[in-house]
Amino acid sequence: MGRLKTITRRTLLVGSAAIAGGVVFGYWRYKTPYENPLLESLGDGEAALTPYVRIDQAGITIIAPRAEMGQGVHTTLAALVAEELDVALEDVRVEHGPASKAYFNQVALEEGVPFAATNEGNFAEGVRNSTHVAAKLVGMQITGGSSSTPDAFVKMRKAGAAARAVLLAAAAEKLGVATDTLVTRGGVVIAADGTRIPYTELAVLAAAIEPPEDPELKDPADWKLLGRSLPRVDMVGKCTGTAQYSIDVRLPGMLFATVRMNPQLGGELLSFDAAAANAMPGVQKIVPLAGGVAVIASNTWYAMQAVKAIRCEWGEAPYPASSAAQFAVVEEAFANSHDSRYLDTGDVDGALADGADVEGEYQVPYLAHATMEPLNAVAWLHDGRLELCAGTQAPTQAVKDSAAIADLDTQQVTLHTTLMGGGFGRRAESDFIKTAVHAAIAMPGVPIKLTWSREEDTTHDTYRPLARARFRAKIANGAPLAFDLSVAAPSAIESQLARIGLSIPGPDISIVQAAWDQPYAIPNYRVTGYRAPVMTPISSWRSVGASQNGFFHESAIDEIAHAAGADPLQMRLALLTHKPSRAVLEAVATMSGWGDELPDGHGRGVAFVLSFGVPVAEVIEVAATANGIRILKAWAAVDVGIALDPRNIEAQVQSAINFGLSAAIMGEITLREGVVEQTNFHDYDAIRMAQAPAIDVKILENGTKIRGIGEPGLPPAAPALANAIFAATGQRIRELPLNKHIRFFR
Amino acid sequence: MKLTINGTEHEVNVTDDIPLLWVLRDELGITGPKYGCGIALCGACTVHIDGAPVRSCTLPAAAVWGEVTTIEGLGTPSALHAVQRAWIEHQVAQCGYCQSGQIMSAAALLANNPDPSDADIDTAMSGNLCRCGAYPRIRAAVKAAATSLRET
Repeated sequence: MGRLKTITRRTLLVGSAAIAGGVVFGYWRYKTPYENPLLESLGDGEAALTPYVRIDQAGITIIAPRAEMGQGVHTTLAALVAEELDVALEDVRVEHGPASKAYFNQVALEEGVPFAATNEGNFAEGVRNSTHVAAKLVGMQITGGSSSTPDAFVKMRKAGAAARAVLLAAAAEKLGVATDTLVTRGGVVIAADGTRIPYTELAVLAAAIEPPEDPELKDPADWKLLGRSLPRVDMVGKCTGTAQYSIDVRLPGMLFATVRMNPQLGGELLSFDAAAANAMPGVQKIVPLAGGVAVIASNTWYAMQAVKAIRCEWGEAPYPASSAAQFAVVEEAFANSHDSRYLDTGDVDGALADGADVEGEYQVPYLAHATMEPLNAVAWLHDGRLELCAGTQAPTQAVKDSAAIADLDTQQVTLHTTLMGGGFGRRAESDFIKTAVHAAIAMPGVPIKLTWSREEDTTHDTYRPLARARFRAKIANGAPLAFDLSVAAPSAIESQLARIGLSIPGPDISIVQAAWDQPYAIPNYRVTGYRAPVMTPISSWRSVGASQNGFFHESAIDEIAHAAGADPLQMRLALLTHKPSRAVLEAVATMSGWGDELPDGHGRGVAFVLSFGVPVAEVIEVAATANGIRILKAWAAVDVGIALDPRNIEAQVQSAINFGLSAAIMGEITLREGVVEQTNFHDYDAIRMAQAPAIDVKILENGTKIRGIGEPGLPPAAPALANAIFAATGQRIRELPLNKHIRFFR
Repeated sequence: MKLTINGTEHEVNVTDDIPLLWVLRDELGITGPKYGCGIALCGACTVHIDGAPVRSCTLPAAAVWGEVTTIEGLGTPSALHAVQRAWIEHQVAQCGYCQSGQIMSAAALLANNPDPSDADIDTAMSGNLCRCGAYPRIRAAVKAAATSLRET
C-alpha cells in the first residue's frame, strides 16, 4: 500500500505540463494531478511508470488514450512516448487504456475561444491557456477537433522521458554506478562495461523511484521516430482481418442483439406487439426501451429479422416533420435569432449602402456520419459490475452515461476501448453504447453485443446541421471592398451538450467557424451567425462548422473574384496577410500549374480555408464530359507547424478531401413525415474508386504551433469542386449536394 | 449444414436463409469479413467462393456452392498474401474496416487479370466502399501487388 501511494503521488505528468500565462481559478486543484489509472489493475511484476507507460515481464505497453478511428493517432502518439523512452515502435504494444480523467484533453476547448487561430497575441494566448484549466477540471477524455497531436505533443514526450529517467536511475542503483555512465538503446539500458539490462527487468525497481517533474526533452534534431513516416502500428492487423473492432469482440456465452428505435427521432414507443418476433428463429428476448425496442438472439442476423417483425406504434417527432419545414425555421433565424458577430471590420453597411455588386444565397443539408463500422457495443453486467467494449471518442462520458443507466458507480464500470471503423464525430455520442447497456441489464450475467443495422445507423444519426448563408459584396479595383456573410444554422454544440445535461453559455462559435476567422485583409468585412433552434438531433461531423462554412465563404470569394474580373487564386493571394497561409496557396499554385492552359471543357477551382489552426489550399480540376462532371485531379497544400509523420498526414488530407467530395457531390439527409428518408448506401453513398481523383499533397511547416490534421483538409474540398465546375461550365451551384444541379460521372 | 472455410470443414446448425456472413461471424467467430450494409452495397463482407469474389452478407449460407476463403485464409500476419504485403507497403488502411473486403476484391481481380488497367481497377473495386477515402493508395497497392505477382 505504501508503495502504491508513493507511485500514485509521483506518476502523473499532466499537471506538470507547462502552463504559461494567467490561470484563473482553482489553481491548486489544477496543479493536483489525477491519479494514474493504470495503478488500479497492475498485476505482480507489472509497473506503470506514468499513465502512458506500463511495463511487465512480457514487454512495454504505451497507452495512446485517443480514439484510433483511422487517423493513425495510435502510431503518432505512441511515437511521442517511444522517441523519448528510446524504444522501437515495433517492440511495444499500443492500447487505448482505461477511461480516465487522467487522459483529459487539454486543448480541446481552445477551438471555442473568440480569437482567430492566427491571433497569437498575449491576450488571446492567455484565454487559450485558461481553457486548459477548464479542460482539466472537467477531465473530459475526448477525441475531436483535430486536437490529439497538439494535446499530446509535449505531455506524451515528457511521459516517455520521465519513464526513461526512472529506468536509468533503477539501473544505476542495481549496478552501483552513476546514472550518467549509462545509455539507453532500443528498450535496454547499457552500462559502460557493456552490461545490458532490458527495461522489463528494471520496471518494478523503477516504479519506486521519484520521476522528474519536468524532464528534459530531446532536441528535435536528434529525433529518430518523430518527423519520419512510420509504419502504422495497426496496419498488419487491418490488412489481415485480425484487427479487433468492438463488432468483432467475442466473449463466452455471448448473445447478439439489435435495436429498432422510433424513426421519428426522439419520439416515444406508444405500444408494440412482439408475438410474431418472439416465435422467430434464435430469438431469446424482446427488450422494450424508451423510444424503441431491442431483440436479443443467438445471432445478430436473427435479431435483425425479428426486430423488423415487431409491430410498433410510434409517437411523433418533436421537430418540424419535413426538410422544407426545417429549412423554413433556419430561414426565420436570419430575422430574429442573432447569435454572434465575431468579425466586423470597417463599415460594411456604409460600403454596401448603394447596393451590392454580387450577392448570393447558399444552402447545405443534414449529413450522416456513415462510419463503415455500424454503431455497436458489447455490454456485460456481472458480479455487480458492468463491462463494456466499445469504440468511443468520449470514454469518460460513455462510462458516466452507462453507469447512470445501470445504477452503478462509475468505478464499477470498466470500458475496453477498441479500434473504430470510422468515427468522424459520431462516436463522441453514447447513444449506441446505452442501447447495449439496456440490453445487458435485461439479461444479467450474459455478455451482449448489440449492433445497429446500417438502416438504423443511417436513420438515427446525430447529423451535421443543415444551414443557409447569404452574402453581399462590393468590388473595387479588382478586389472585394466589402464582404458581408451571414450564416444561419441550428447549434450542434447546443444539441450535443443537451444530451449530457449541459447548456451552452453564450453564442455557438461553430456556426461561423472558418468563416469569421479567415486571414483575408478585406477592408469592410463582417460575418454574422444566426442560431436556429435545434430540431433533429445534430452533432460534430468531421470539421464541424468548417464543413459548411468553407463552402459558403470560399464559393462567395470565388464569385467575388469572377465578378471583379480577377484570377481567383491571385485575388486570394493578394488578400491573404498570414504568411503560412500565403505559402500554402503559393504551393498549390505551383503544384497544380495554376494558370496553365487547359483542354476544352476542363476547369479548375481553388479554395483556401484555415480551420483548426491549419491553413489549407486546394485546387481541383474537372472535365465536363458527355457522361457528366469528372474529377480529374486534386492538389492540396497544408501547414501543420511540425509534421510528425508525413505519410500519415498525406493520408489524412487525401481522406478528408474524399470525405468532403462525397458530401459535396451526393451527401444529403432529408426528412419526410418526421422520418429520415435515406437508409443505406444506395441513397446515402460516397465516392468510390471510379470517381476518386489522384490527390497530390504537400506539407509545409511554417506555422508557429503543431497542429492536428484529421479535419482541416475537408473544408476546401466542396468549394474547390464547385468553383471548378463553374470554371468548366459557367454554372454556379449554390446548394449542396451538387448532384441536385449537375450530373456526375459514375 | 456443412461449409468448408479456409480449408476446414464446419458443421453449423442454422436456418437455410441466414446469410453466409452471419454464419462466419456469429456462429464460427470468423470476424475478418465485416458487416457494413447487409445488402451488397459496400463490399466489406467480401469473401471468395472457389476463388470468385462474393458479398457474403446477401448469399444464403445454404446456397454456398464451393469452398469459402475469407481474409484469414488469404494470408496471415506471418504468411502474407502478395496483396496484403502491397497494402502494408503502401500503408493503405486508415480505419481499416473496409480493407478485408478491399483486399479480397483485389486478390480476386489479380487472380483473373494479372495486369489490370485503371479502368479494370475501377470496375473491380468500385463495389467496395471506403469512407476514409483511401482510394489513391488502394489503387497504388493493387498495381504494386500485380507487379509482384507477375514477377513470381
